[in-house]
Amino acid sequence: MKKKITTPLTDDAVKELKAGDSVLLTGYIYTARDAAHKRLVELLKEGKNLPFDINGQVIYYVGPTPAKEGMPIGSAGPTTSYRMDPYAPKLLEIGLKGMIGKGSRNDEVINAIKKYNGVYFAAIGGAAALTAKCVKSSELIAYEDLGAEAIRRLYVEDLPLIVVIDSDGNNYYEIGQREYLNSTK
Amino acid sequence: MKEIHVSKIVETVKKLCIDANYYLNDDIKDSLFKAKEKETFSLAQNILDIILENADIAKNENMPMCQDTGMAVVFLEIGQDVHITGGSLEDAVNEGVREGYSEGYLRKSVVGDPIERINTKDNTPAIIHYSIVPGDKLKITVAPKGFGSENMSQLKMLKPADGIEGVKDFVLKAVKEAGPNPCPPIVVGIGIGGTFEKAAFLAKKALLRPVNVKNSNPYYAKLEEELLEKINSLGIGPQGFGGRTTALSVNIETYATHIAGLPVAVNINCHATRHSEAVL
Repeated sequence: MKKKITTPLTDDAVKELKAGDSVLLTGYIYTARDAAHKRLVELLKEGKNLPFDINGQVIYYVGPTPAKEGMPIGSAGPTTSYRMDPYAPKLLEIGLKGMIGKGSRNDEVINAIKKYNGVYFAAIGGAAALTAKCVKSSELIAYEDLGAEAIRRLYVEDLPLIVVIDSDGNNYYEIGQREYLNSTK
Repeated sequence: MKEIHVSKIVETVKKLCIDANYYLNDDIKDSLFKAKEKETFSLAQNILDIILENADIAKNENMPMCQDTGMAVVFLEIGQDVHITGGSLEDAVNEGVREGYSEGYLRKSVVGDPIERINTKDNTPAIIHYSIVPGDKLKITVAPKGFGSENMSQLKMLKPADGIEGVKDFVLKAVKEAGPNPCPPIVVGIGIGGTFEKAAFLAKKALLRPVNVKNSNPYYAKLEEELLEKINSLGIGPQGFGGRTTALSVNIETYATHIAGLPVAVNINCHATRHSEAVL
């Protein structure tokens, strides 16, 4: 049974998510990759406001392909998350609740997820045509010059995700692999 | 002597860029179906189903399978009796990439300088590998390479004393370190021998071989099988959530090397291992 969740994420909703849960996410999410993260954290260092209110929000690590006429977006699967590790703790500190990507996170990010009650989801890497079907609208928010790497606000319906790191710091990459190896013994 | 006009090359490269990004090759599809039958974990089976469903959607709706439509790696096998007319071969390949990435709605993922990092906005330049072969044909292979998997690739100059065990250890270490990052199930291209750059080239070239074709040398065919078995015992599984299917195939290419060296390159690719080819 898949849990249904909506954005913005409340602290209580985050606490209920456990590593390994399959969830369907509905609501607004923000896209950002390496270049946009760099700019966001530079703004914070300069004491300036971010181009969107990050409180309770979810960032999707994605650089979609161009949308064809009449479509909100092109293919839109997750990019590898570790490249955003240098920036993620700072954003969690100021209110970011969720991150969507694929692949491992470092200890600093996992500690920040625990400390600030956040969650890290994985979307299915490579299943970008399928993911695009969940995106109902897309609006440019900032950094148009970055092209595919610009920040966009997406409205998604029932985006299929897996909780990888929950707010207790449990890591499903470790748990799932261990369970599989135990099952083969 | 056969003449091939550059316009023909532009058209072909353009089509191959689009085809490689929209359509999953049959050998990969078969391999994914077979892998699903061997999985005992339901999440692993589900993910393999999702990947196959994604390929159907991409094909039916003419859209890229993945948002990372890659840097265009182009292999040209040029018959020595071919004469290219009408302009520069390199320009023709780049024009094909430019048109393919524009008309196919593919993502432009190339920056002009690795430090300055300003997007070239047309996905050029391509990486072009040329080889001159006998005959009067021109074979073009376009292999768009995503960097989720490219970033997980490794090269090491082993000592001759490290031998075959050193090679196996290095390959397994690279796959383990990659973990969930390169979108497993992966295809592992391995280059052994040659020089520093030759090993890297061989690893890349190994990824062009269909996953159901083994190395023609029985020794390396057996090594491919052994490494695949070992990789699929690591437990990483589809997307890294645990399971048997960490890799669909291990493809090895080798070359002569120096008495003092044993270069090994591991080029990791995602499940799609995109490539399309045409012969002019």
